[in-house]
Amino acid sequence: MSELINKEIGEKDCCNIIEIKGLNKWYGDFHALKNIDLNVKEGEIIVICGPSGSGKSTLIRCVNFLEKFQEGSITVDGTELTDDVKKIRQIRSEVSMVFQHFNLFPHLSIINNLTLAPIWVHNETRQEAREKALKLLDRVGIKDQAEKYPNQLSGGQQQRVAIARALCTSPKIMLFDEPTSALDPEMISEVLDVMIELAKEGITMVCVTHEMGFAKKVADRVIFMDVGQVIEQNTPDKFFDNPESERLQTFLDQILTQ
Amino acid sequence: MAIYPLKETRTPPKSQTKAIAWLKDNLFSSISNAALTFVALYVIYLLLPPILNWTIFDANFDLTADNQSCGREGACWSFINANLKMFIYGFYPEEELWRVNTMFGLIAVLVIFGSLIKKSQYRAHYIIGSFLIYPVVAFVLLYGGLGLEIVETDKWGGLTLTVVVAAIGIIASFPLGILFALGRQSEMRVVKFISVIYIEFVRGVPLITILFMASVVLPLFFSAGMDFDKLLRALIGITLFQTAYIAEVIRGGLQAIPKGQYEAADAAGLSFMQKTILIILPQALKISIPNIVGSFIALFKDTTLLLIIGLFDMLAIVGAASSNSSWLGRETEGYVFVAMVIWVILYLMSRYSKRLEVRFSTEHR
Ligand SMILES: Nc1ncnc2c1ncn2[C@@H]1O[C@H](COP(=O)(O)OP(=O)(O)OP(=O)(O)O)[C@@H](O)[C@H]1O
Ligand SMILES: [Mg+2]
Repeated sequence: MSELINKEIGEKDCCNIIEIKGLNKWYGDFHALKNIDLNVKEGEIIVICGPSGSGKSTLIRCVNFLEKFQEGSITVDGTELTDDVKKIRQIRSEVSMVFQHFNLFPHLSIINNLTLAPIWVHNETRQEAREKALKLLDRVGIKDQAEKYPNQLSGGQQQRVAIARALCTSPKIMLFDEPTSALDPEMISEVLDVMIELAKEGITMVCVTHEMGFAKKVADRVIFMDVGQVIEQNTPDKFFDNPESERLQTFLDQILTQ
Repeated sequence: MAIYPLKETRTPPKSQTKAIAWLKDNLFSSISNAALTFVALYVIYLLLPPILNWTIFDANFDLTADNQSCGREGACWSFINANLKMFIYGFYPEEELWRVNTMFGLIAVLVIFGSLIKKSQYRAHYIIGSFLIYPVVAFVLLYGGLGLEIVETDKWGGLTLTVVVAAIGIIASFPLGILFALGRQSEMRVVKFISVIYIEFVRGVPLITILFMASVVLPLFFSAGMDFDKLLRALIGITLFQTAYIAEVIRGGLQAIPKGQYEAADAAGLSFMQKTILIILPQALKISIPNIVGSFIALFKDTTLLLIIGLFDMLAIVGAASSNSSWLGRETEGYVFVAMVIWVILYLMSRYSKRLEVRFSTEHR
């Protein structure tokens, strides 16, 4: 089924930046991911949605090996994920992640949050890293807060800092795990605006989110997960207007009537 | 529908004066509380006059008085004055006392100089540098070498010994404690096992036992000819002891760090060492400051146990000084004095830790 859809929307093997094959993951006895096959092309914007506990976070956390998996393979930009620490760090240096709860480092000022990875992982000089960080902060609209500490910012500002921090290492891939769901409603759009800007610049993005407006506007593909499986994937138009599976229909009904 | 006008803000009604309100809130808030207050007042009434009489009203403040002319009804403070050198320096040779003074003076200089450094980045370097260099300088000053005459450790004593032992115990146990705390959290089974065994064993044993083991058992492992310094043995014992407590305190801090911090550090590609040093430890140590200081305070008090293995810390000096035939029977003065000195030092330590806490809490969290 999913292979069929892959062909239908013209997915080719040549320029896949993420290749997930036969991925299976258990937490103890609990089968959290069941035989996931998923390819992401360079520059593609993927949105993943699905009910709570369906394995969305688990899936994207496997991509940068925050979660170990038992079966299957994940290849990121030509490097296959194994237990090898060097390879894991190599992949993590190309893949950035934005978390639901921001996870900024509270003991470091905003600017130091941003320059940490460039300096220590990418061996940039303090000067270079700082300049780039200030540019990014400017881009997400909080340049004047550079010397503050995370707890002095609002949730929306913190999440924008987190996005800037993720961008600071010039990643090839950005993973977002429900970046707006811990935010008050009035702050959601300021974060989404930053993400939309980002999407237009051609960086590869995999976003777990229930912001359907965002999905319609920028996604190349929307993926619906349930009970640890990919149930349906499609272009946003078809995904929202002609959902094929019953589960997706009920899911869409639920979140749209909220 | 109605529209409501904005109301004026008013000051709260004045019902009682501050002092009465305070009394009511703190001393007489309930019947049992009031009863306790009266009991406490009665105890104070019983105890305070004799204490004040002995220490002040009946006491002899003539600092040149000798044991006979002092009188017996009150404290004889000239005892402290006459033995002050011993209380501070132990049996350190008279003509070398400047070395001890220099050692203490250097601390003051370092602290004052450090407080003048404003930029936090340089300050960190300065502090680390001081911690590396100062102990060496202090050791040379105290022990000798590099042209200075050697003063054997059995001559060290009094407040000097107390401070030296406490300081070395603190400085040495801190990094070791961090290592064991990390070890206990480690995913490597062997490392974890060793850390747990060590920490739990030491915490299950009183310091006295460890001091005895260090002074009696340790030498058995060395050949008879090798004279293993008694103070060094005590220091090893105290450091081993303190390490276990610091490790537990820091582990508490480590456990308070949210999982998200580890994940963010991992996701950024930091190595294990970088993650630990740059992200986890700074936060864990900050949380642990009050408990770390608490444990240092406990150590400082515990140094009084040194007298049991025959080292002359301040408390032991009281015994030595008051068994001198010209000052027989003046232990009480000595113990009161020592208690006050230790209390002042501990009070300053805990004030300082409060200040650290406040500073960190306003800066970050
Ligand atoms: N560390 C863990 N240990 C055991 N079970 C886990 C763990 N993490 C997740 N799970 C389980 O795995 C399943 C998938 O979790 P996951 O966090 O990936 O869901 P999700 O789709 O992201 O849900 P949500 O929308 O609530 O974030 C859930 O049933 C969850 O209970
Ligand atoms: Mg999730």
